[in-house]
Amino acid sequence: MTDYRYVLRIVAVAAAVLLGAAGASRADIALYGTGDLGIVIERAAGSVVIIDTTDVTVRSRVEGLGDLSHASAVFSRDGRYAYVFGRDGGLTKVDLLRARISKRIVQSGNSIGGAISQDGTLIAVSNYKPGGVRVFDAQTLDPVADIPADMGDGTLSKVVGLVDAPGQQFIFSLWDAGEIWIADFMDRAHPKIRKYRDVGKNPYDALITSDGRFYVAGLFGEDGLAKLDLWAPDKGVTRILDGYGRGEEKLPVYKMPHLEGWARAGNYLFLPAVGRHEVLVVDADTWQEVTRIQVHGQPIFAVARPDGRQVWVNFAHPLNDTVQVIDVPSLDIAQTYTPGKAVLHMEFTPRGEQVWVSVRDENRVDVYDTRTMQVLKSLKADKPSGIFLTARAGRIGL
Amino acid sequence: MRHSCPNAILHSWARLSVLILLGCASAAAPAPVHGEPVSEDRKASLDHLLRQDCGSCHGMTLQGGLGPALLPERFAGCDVDSIADMILYGNPEKAMPPWKDLLSQAEARYLAERIKNKGSN
Repeated sequence: MTDYRYVLRIVAVAAAVLLGAAGASRADIALYGTGDLGIVIERAAGSVVIIDTTDVTVRSRVEGLGDLSHASAVFSRDGRYAYVFGRDGGLTKVDLLRARISKRIVQSGNSIGGAISQDGTLIAVSNYKPGGVRVFDAQTLDPVADIPADMGDGTLSKVVGLVDAPGQQFIFSLWDAGEIWIADFMDRAHPKIRKYRDVGKNPYDALITSDGRFYVAGLFGEDGLAKLDLWAPDKGVTRILDGYGRGEEKLPVYKMPHLEGWARAGNYLFLPAVGRHEVLVVDADTWQEVTRIQVHGQPIFAVARPDGRQVWVNFAHPLNDTVQVIDVPSLDIAQTYTPGKAVLHMEFTPRGEQVWVSVRDENRVDVYDTRTMQVLKSLKADKPSGIFLTARAGRIGL
Repeated sequence: MRHSCPNAILHSWARLSVLILLGCASAAAPAPVHGEPVSEDRKASLDHLLRQDCGSCHGMTLQGGLGPALLPERFAGCDVDSIADMILYGNPEKAMPPWKDLLSQAEARYLAERIKNKGSN
């Protein structure tokens, strides 16, 4: 299969060169899809590399994206463009086929992530400074809406945990205000905002379940999480895992856990505990705690292999040189790897045969075969952090 | 007239409470005494820590993130010791963790000087 595809690509490139010589403007793009492509953020250099998960290679590098510390990305629904959200408020639309920036704006002073609407026409960015959400046209990056996260007295809250939800909605949490807001963009010129107040102290991140039904925000300021059922939004926000660590002293938290990519495996949900060396296992029907798994350090990401058989976990500073794999049927640690200092992110291929792992301080991305559990290949990258594959284009909340 | 120093009151209070909890001051320090020099190698790794790990919350260029910016103008009214205390003892009200288990007092003072005088670069 690979050989056949490779030959096709050579033919396509050759055709492109010939046509290019004839002056055809579109002919510099070889004929291929983007379904097996993705990007890796090079956080310090302000660049991204475009990766290919079939050939397991770095195809090219795109530079000039600004400050990419804590950068993340979403994809256009055709999988051609990555929208990269930088720390410095930069929003950059990267063309994966041409391997270049197709549009770039700096939309705020300090931002933390973004989302793409259900129909792919709107890009929303959550901002720390000025606190709020700004929404842009996905094609042109022209401004569509500005939603300041006004806490009621004119001061603005930092916004975290922004996701898309069915029905052209964006949902997000207000770190300073302890609120969850829904912005409904069915009529993009007149978005409707619904606010849920007093959901808990300092929501630090949030997720939406892959069916688009439940929005869950983690709370830094107290134990427990805030859950909103989008099938019954009038019922309000309820608390789950309330007081799961009450009476126990938390460890210092040197890095906030991430809930995006929250792992669902079978009927279990796996989530990183805050300030504890534990992964919490939650029953997805009752939202009750099933058990806690003792792990190497404070978890940052707990990500399920797409078939739900394994959950891969990385950790906060200073124990961030390690990755552990939880075997879901037994809930035991099946494997512990030490790839090197600062393992920052893990991304599975859509059917789960590979997982790509970024190791920042080693300037390396390791690709594991999840069946043999061996490293298939290591690729060079400059201080790599987030890894984002185009398969996210078809998924709610990613 | 002294400029205000962000969190000065809070951090003093936090330090006091840490000391009370621990029973005495010396038990708080796993670490070397005040004046022990920080080696050049260790300085390089502390510079890295400042950008990359403090940067988790304060931004890689220290322009701020979930935590506030750590730029020299913000600390004009602070002495190095108060900044070092903030690093060592944290601020539980603001999600700033105490770094005393990972850093010595001399190392915290080195970082404090970096923050106060030079920024990240």
